[in-house]
Amino acid sequence: MEMKPLTRLVLGLVCLLVAIWLVAPTLVVVPMSFNGNKSLAFPPQGFSWQWYQNFATNPEWSTSFLNSLKVASIVAVLATVLGTLAAFGLDRMKARPASLLRMLMLTPMVVPGVVLAIGIYAVYLDAQLVGTLSGFVLAHTILALPFVLIAVSANLEVFDRRLETAAASLGAGALTTFRTVTLPLILPGILSGLLFAFATSFDEIIVSLFITNPYLKTLPVQIFSSITRDADPTVAAVGTILLCATTILIGAGMLLLGRERKGRL
Amino acid sequence: MNPRPDNRGAAIDLESVTKAYGAFKALDGVSLGIEPGEFMTLLGPSGSGKTTTLNVIAGFTDVTSGKLLVGEKSVVGVPAHKRNIGVVFQHYALFPHMTVGRNVAYPLTLRGVDQAKRKVRVARALDMVKMGDFAHRYPSELSGGQQQRVALARAIVFDPPLLLMDEPLGALDKKLREWLQLEIKRIHRELGTTFVYVTHDQEEALVLSDRIAVFNRGRIEQVGTGRQLYDEPATLFVGRFIGDSTVLRGEARSDGTSTALTIAGEAVTAPRRLAGETNPVMLLRPEKLSLRRAGQTAAAGTNRLSGTIAEAIYLGSGSKYEVKLADGSVAIVRSPLTGESFGLGEKVELCFDGADAKLLADDSTADTTLT
Repeated sequence: MEMKPLTRLVLGLVCLLVAIWLVAPTLVVVPMSFNGNKSLAFPPQGFSWQWYQNFATNPEWSTSFLNSLKVASIVAVLATVLGTLAAFGLDRMKARPASLLRMLMLTPMVVPGVVLAIGIYAVYLDAQLVGTLSGFVLAHTILALPFVLIAVSANLEVFDRRLETAAASLGAGALTTFRTVTLPLILPGILSGLLFAFATSFDEIIVSLFITNPYLKTLPVQIFSSITRDADPTVAAVGTILLCATTILIGAGMLLLGRERKGRL
Repeated sequence: MNPRPDNRGAAIDLESVTKAYGAFKALDGVSLGIEPGEFMTLLGPSGSGKTTTLNVIAGFTDVTSGKLLVGEKSVVGVPAHKRNIGVVFQHYALFPHMTVGRNVAYPLTLRGVDQAKRKVRVARALDMVKMGDFAHRYPSELSGGQQQRVALARAIVFDPPLLLMDEPLGALDKKLREWLQLEIKRIHRELGTTFVYVTHDQEEALVLSDRIAVFNRGRIEQVGTGRQLYDEPATLFVGRFIGDSTVLRGEARSDGTSTALTIAGEAVTAPRRLAGETNPVMLLRPEKLSLRRAGQTAAAGTNRLSGTIAEAIYLGSGSKYEVKLADGSVAIVRSPLTGESFGLGEKVELCFDGADAKLLADDSTADTTLT
């Protein structure tokens, strides 16, 4: 249907407003990170790079950043492997027990984070896992697993299993079939699961606040404690860096996916 | 491709193969011998067991009991990927993430064929199906017919002694199907491989096959050449599945040398004794029947039944009539253009030589499975 110019204009304006509303809170962080004063006031006064410098040189910040990177990387790999295996198992199981198990594995998404945090904290106190790398990895993997499961399951659902039969007829055993046929075709799901798992762990705050201690802090915990203690604009600098990093990551991912699809059509 | 006399194709032997799913028997004691290099078609309605038989030979389905030999070796328990059998599926099953060339090279890569030889054989297989110019395309860029030709190339590129095809032309339109049938026939001749072909289309079976096995309800009703099945059907099911036919039902009486059937007061006879058929029917092919205007005199000894023209179809090469008989059943008559023509509703007499009627037992399954 052809739109009238006025309708088109109004529609465009509304879209713009919604877009601004969605992005504005994020974008506010950017100018604040260049604040000349040690305050989180908006609009900022003056201009300086000092908060970026502080992020790089202050061990409190750099250590927590490296901690987050470490935890998120291990969680991403662990959750992706476990989640992919789980998705496979569920895909090839009888429908009824599979849907039950699937629901069980998705509960970490549904259960309120605080409830989960209390439970994990109680167990960790006993098991002496509070403030340990393995403690963080375990807890975050539980939270990240559902994302991988969903992403890979969605791909498996559209995967034509008859291709596996065809591969068998051509002489491929089960492992070869998986490596050469199944894996390449569900790779987009696995990769997006990996990305989601990394992101879930990297910005997890609720459970992390419970199981952290002064010896092991992740970046979100450091941001939270910093902002409750003093209005340090380093928080804004960290936010801006993360914003740029995720934009580049997601953008690159979409570009890659787009090219892949184009190549096939 | 040069004919390879050393690779003439494998013989296949199924002996009382049964496949049961709980109480349901998808295959109920199927025995079938296929000669090396033969083109054997498994024909039957859906659910008759023809595809299950194919899956059993391919190794996709285990047998519950029975023997299965490919090339004189038992393959029961051998997994599909170790059987070295080519399979073409109805849904093509090309790998969407590989080009046509890589799809066809796939079985060769698995067999460790080196790159130079691989290239030659892929090109040869693609040329054979006339897809040589498409090696760099992706399957999604091809039409259904082209995809199926690539799938065929992929299934023959590793020189399997046996090629299985599961309704490979089922998803294609009629014109393309007819052309590809001839292509498949040509490739079979050139390769000398044993072909086992599954279809529910009796015309396709007649065009392609050396022999046809007619399946019904998990059993084989008859195995034979197209001519044998058409001229000498062993059961009413086969008679009705292959070609058009007219089935006459009535009260039967046998007197030692001939059998008479009384249909709505009129009697017809066939010069054959009943051989234990409790409920015999007569089966007649359309070209063995002729029509005459009611009241005209006929030669002595000819069977006659009165009826009305219910449908007259001009076919170009001749005419096809549907004649409604007194008992309500319908006879199908094909007559050449040179003969008389009849109009709708006209009273006619259906004539045939008793020797042309096949006396068969009335298996109730024939009606329920054919629609």
